[in-house]
Amino acid sequence: MTVPVQDRMEPMDLFSNYDVLGAFWVTVQLTVYSAVGALVWGTVLAVMRVGPVPITRGFAAAYVTIFRNTPLTILVLFASLGLASTLGITLASAESTTSIAESTFRLAVLAFVVYTATFVCEAIRSGVNTVPVGQSEAARALGMGFGRVLATIVLPQAFRSIISPLASILIALTKNTTVAAVIGVGEAALLMSEMVENESDVLFLVFALFALGFVILTLPTGLLLGWVARRLEVRR
Amino acid sequence: MSASVLFDAPGPRARNRNRIVTALFLLVLLATAYAVYRGFAAKGQWSVDLWAPFVTGSTWTQFLLPGLVNTIIAALISVVIALPIGALLGIGRLSRHRWVQRPCAIVVEFFRAIPVLLLMVFAAELYFSYTAIDSDIRPLLAVVTGLVLYNGSVLAEIVRSGILSLPRGQTEAADALGLGAGQTMRLILLPQAVTLMLPAIVSQLVVVLKDTALGGQLTIGYTELIRTSRGLTGNFANTIPTLIVVAVLFIVMNLLLTSLASALQRRLSRSPRTPPGAAPPAGMAQSGTAPETLANIVT
Repeated sequence: MTVPVQDRMEPMDLFSNYDVLGAFWVTVQLTVYSAVGALVWGTVLAVMRVGPVPITRGFAAAYVTIFRNTPLTILVLFASLGLASTLGITLASAESTTSIAESTFRLAVLAFVVYTATFVCEAIRSGVNTVPVGQSEAARALGMGFGRVLATIVLPQAFRSIISPLASILIALTKNTTVAAVIGVGEAALLMSEMVENESDVLFLVFALFALGFVILTLPTGLLLGWVARRLEVRR
Repeated sequence: MSASVLFDAPGPRARNRNRIVTALFLLVLLATAYAVYRGFAAKGQWSVDLWAPFVTGSTWTQFLLPGLVNTIIAALISVVIALPIGALLGIGRLSRHRWVQRPCAIVVEFFRAIPVLLLMVFAAELYFSYTAIDSDIRPLLAVVTGLVLYNGSVLAEIVRSGILSLPRGQTEAADALGLGAGQTMRLILLPQAVTLMLPAIVSQLVVVLKDTALGGQLTIGYTELIRTSRGLTGNFANTIPTLIVVAVLFIVMNLLLTSLASALQRRLSRSPRTPPGAAPPAGMAQSGTAPETLANIVT
């Protein structure tokens, strides 16, 4: 006579029954695309913010104030419910079979870029402030205009001094990508939310798994960029 | 104004160029605004029916204000609990005893590395499956748990960097007077550090307030502002106007908090009680608009 083995979840079953790695891969993709977008858009905003033209300065300042103070949840919801559902703006071709998922993913990235760029802009601006006045004065004495002073003298030094704030922003972004779960992007938080409901008997295991995943994603980023920041630091 | 070192006062040519840039930028801005206007108009988003609810009293009393109150309650409770926890963890990390310092460091680093949303989802399920807590209060508890764990750790780092930024002479003088480590911390370092960190702590409130917005999502189910506003969009099918109004409410609250933080900062920099040698806390350095920098960069 065989005693029925108790039907218990083993740790490995969690991996075979759920695509945990796949979900974290989506998290990584969200992070990378948003980080690149936010860096570019944030730099543009910072240039407008410190530039000589009052209207671009005002625009960048207003943009930062508005979007930094809006909860990311609202921006993500707006991208999905506002842009896609109400206004019919989708970011993928309608013929594709995975069109909706693709579009939702891209809309989430858009929301993250809009939000994270404000922090990038502020970081760059504070980096520009660390460059000694003499540097840009000397550059202007050589006859360089605003664009060249910024592009060849000030920004390179500013970027070197703000690598650790940028690393903090990247780590925060990695964690913020979980908000995409709100509009149904199949990343880590959405999968965890599903798993804790189905596997509530191993709740702590599930949580530990996802917590570990984020520690693995964020810890090396912090360490690596911390090392880079020390290497590149402008010594004064 | 630090930005002005990047360019000279404009001469005739620069003024001309600035005018051209201004005109081009205005053109792009207006074109974008017009595109948005047309996009909204094409889907009837300017219709009075969608916006009229916001000038009706019942909209506010039924949907928006109760949600707003819940949002503020969750944020306030979280901060009140997170502050002492953060102070303890921050001081613990500075302890001379390794067996105090290490666990505090691990707790702080662990909870700082985990998204608040995961903490809330976990807490919600934990209270649902493993406790008999009343279902009315469970969502609030889940939200508060998530916010306290995360912000407690962040506040711990704020407190720690505040204490570390005090001049060494303070500790040395306390040692010379024969004060013990505990007394030095309690009587000398902490009071000064808290004063120094006050603006950063208030700025952290902005982060807390924004994060409460997650409380209504997924399985957490707290009836904060965004969730209660869903009732409105259900009735009037006005998703875009509602999200905009809710966003404005958040922006106004956060701006009030931010201006409180800068007012505190200004007051502190005038106050004779601020230790003269104290370096500005980490992350606030170099920037004229101090209070935002530290807390918001960590968001």
